[in-house]
Amino acid sequence: MATVAVQRAEREDYLNTEYGIKSWLLTTDHKRIALLYLIAITFFFFIGGFFALLIRLELLTPAGDLVQADTYNKLFTMHGQVMIFFFLIPAVPAVLGNFLIPIMIGAKDLAFPRINLLSWYLLMVGGALMMYTILTGGVDTGWTFYTPLSTAFLNTHVVAAALAIFIAGFSSILTGLNFIVTIHRMRAPGMTWSRLPLFVWANYATSIIQILGTPVLAISLMLVALDRVFRFGFFDPQRGGDPLLFQHLFWFYSHPAVYIMILPGMGVVSEVVTCFSRKRIFGYKFMALALIAIAVLGFLVWAHHMFVAGISLYAGLAFSLLSYFVAVPSAIKVFNWTATMYKGSISYDTPMLYAFGFIGLFTMGGLTGLFVAALGIDVHVTDTYFVIAHFHYIMVGGMVIAYLAGLHFWWPKISGRMYPEGWGKLAALIIFVGFNLTFFPQFVLGYLGMPRRYWQYKPEFQVLNVLSTAGSTILAVGYLMPMIYFLWSMRYGKRAPDNPWAAAGLEWTTPSPPQTFNFDETPVVTWEAYNYHQIKEVPVER
Amino acid sequence: MTGHIVPKRTYVAVWITLMILTAVTAAVSRIDLGHGSAAVALIIATTKALLVILFFMGVKYVSQRMTIVMIVAAFFWLGILLALSMLDYVSRAWR
Amino acid sequence: MAVTHDEVNPALRHHFADLEQQREASEFGMWVFLATEIMFFGGMFCAYMVYRYMYYPAWVAGSEAMDFWWGTINTAVLICSSLTMALAVHSAQVGRRKLLVMFLIVTMLLGCVFLGIKAIEYQGHWEEHQFPGWSFHFEGPDPQHVELFFCLYWGMTGFHALHMVIGVVLVSIIAFLGWRGRYGPEYYNPVENTGLYWHFVDIVWIYLYPLLYLISHQHPH
Repeated sequence: MATVAVQRAEREDYLNTEYGIKSWLLTTDHKRIALLYLIAITFFFFIGGFFALLIRLELLTPAGDLVQADTYNKLFTMHGQVMIFFFLIPAVPAVLGNFLIPIMIGAKDLAFPRINLLSWYLLMVGGALMMYTILTGGVDTGWTFYTPLSTAFLNTHVVAAALAIFIAGFSSILTGLNFIVTIHRMRAPGMTWSRLPLFVWANYATSIIQILGTPVLAISLMLVALDRVFRFGFFDPQRGGDPLLFQHLFWFYSHPAVYIMILPGMGVVSEVVTCFSRKRIFGYKFMALALIAIAVLGFLVWAHHMFVAGISLYAGLAFSLLSYFVAVPSAIKVFNWTATMYKGSISYDTPMLYAFGFIGLFTMGGLTGLFVAALGIDVHVTDTYFVIAHFHYIMVGGMVIAYLAGLHFWWPKISGRMYPEGWGKLAALIIFVGFNLTFFPQFVLGYLGMPRRYWQYKPEFQVLNVLSTAGSTILAVGYLMPMIYFLWSMRYGKRAPDNPWAAAGLEWTTPSPPQTFNFDETPVVTWEAYNYHQIKEVPVER
Repeated sequence: MTGHIVPKRTYVAVWITLMILTAVTAAVSRIDLGHGSAAVALIIATTKALLVILFFMGVKYVSQRMTIVMIVAAFFWLGILLALSMLDYVSRAWR
Repeated sequence: MAVTHDEVNPALRHHFADLEQQREASEFGMWVFLATEIMFFGGMFCAYMVYRYMYYPAWVAGSEAMDFWWGTINTAVLICSSLTMALAVHSAQVGRRKLLVMFLIVTMLLGCVFLGIKAIEYQGHWEEHQFPGWSFHFEGPDPQHVELFFCLYWGMTGFHALHMVIGVVLVSIIAFLGWRGRYGPEYYNPVENTGLYWHFVDIVWIYLYPLLYLISHQHPH
């Protein structure tokens, strides 16, 4: 033990290079900023999860007996707003992306380190405003802020919530800007586009969406604020304003936003699947192009959220057709992950368990997206629990599980410690069971006709609701476990070697944890991505 | 502006052109061209914008191709927003 | 790789290999930011387009209430300010410090003239009850649709004016730092980026001018 202590004191890394709160709050080191983000979004995950638990508690019984109807509206609104804007959107890019992208491309930091820190502060300011909104009465518009309810009929803190999200959106824009410039301009010699890890490609595609989509959300929220504060009439039917115009502007961002949420997760899955199959990715070019295709096509489908809202039939036809196109690149990715595993040497470490979960659950979520993209079916299931189940399969079954896969995979690199593998596997199993028990019944509920955003329901739906709530408590236990054992590992976990998984990628050539400036000398890359056939190391025994 | 230094007289020439185009668009707006008025006004505005982009903002001399891609992409994406939204509004009246 | 001269230039940040990479990143980053601004203003242009399509006569009536001369003068003022801004960047590129500061100050002043004229216009509109909301009043057919025009007018020119204010502040900061000798032929990224921002705001106005001020005059009453 003494030897290890001496070795540790000798080697300086980004964690021990400086102590003190100022060295963290004024850091420009992308790795420290990633940890600041980790703390922030974990906090917001708990807030959003707390609201989810309250929702599920209310829905244990058909009657509206836990909270008032107005309160229930606030619960699902704030669950959605906090989870989407303060957890899902930043999670993989701002935590894992910030930490890994410079190292993966062989750079010393992002292109604009101070803007990176500013991004974090913006998220914190937006988050503080959101907490203030929650603590002083909340907002009940639904996370979608539909007009004219939000502009003309509600007395809750709509403008404050809109402003909080506006600020968080600015954080997201700056992160995307940073990533785009970094990936274009800061790659090490030899690190060509076709040698980039798919995780980098995924964040690049995500950043394109962040840049081009988020500003439209920003302006749509500003217009709502103008309508509320100054009684402007942008969306006031009495003055000729069209409430649907808000929906067009809102969904122009919010549909691509779901790709902001899922693409980084897909990047994680590509890294994990290749490593734990000991094989290079099947169809690298198609995988990279599919990411870009999803990003681009994702901008052409937004009005599929408005099929029954009053758009023209012809617009509906066009958007329905386009929505089918966007499924194709996602399907290609699922096929290629599967093909990667074929004849691979599979090991079932925790990250890989999560990756398996992702592939199955994302596929289910994605296929049910095709259901709702069909105009006829959508008329039946829109605004029911079917839609809720659909997007939770992708957001939770896909995105959150991919985030956990990434956290486990790169935890040794980030913290210098190994998490306890047995507990990791157990948590993954509990999360998988809890997730399916929570959300599968909701597909059935929705098809049977239970509307979303209702705080009471017909008695015949109770059994399925009870199952769903039971599942959510199991899921909550599953989420708490990594929280606990990651923290535990920072003190008591086994010290991690540089490359415990014998993985490919420049980040695994650095010490665990890395030094502040990542590399002593800028690497010169002469090998292709996922060169598992050339890697001589073996994974560490667990 | 890649360290490429644009001569001052180019800037002045562009400025003069912009002032003239402003006068033209103001004058033409007084004439009744029916539906052509909007088109003419937008064409002149776009010409002015292009002059500012190419010369004042230096895009004509810029060294990075990605910069051009970024600018074109932004306008194209704005086009997507405008076109697909208008698709809804224009087709609402159709049978 | 890098020339020794770069290694001692205090402007070089540690994570860049040389000043050229830093300059390219800075320029590209600024354009990415401007792309976001295009989409931000674009949302309002979308609203404008939709409602103009739906309520054209009200748009004509609203545009008629604009002050043609103030709008035209303001367009000219901004174009002149773009010239002085470009000349400021040029001065930095050739190392003429005093000229740089002078052109930046003139740019600022022209920006303030623009804002002053806008204030005069806003005052006029306010007094004519052309601010949307409780006190809006318009004599003529479809006043509620004309009110919608004014929502777009105040919203679009308001956000534009906000960007102008930010621009004036930025230019003043750059002018101060330029006077302190911070910029020269090897390093003038902030001046260049401020210029890009300024020209962008000018371009937004180049479109706002015909869309808001020039609709009505084809239909002499």
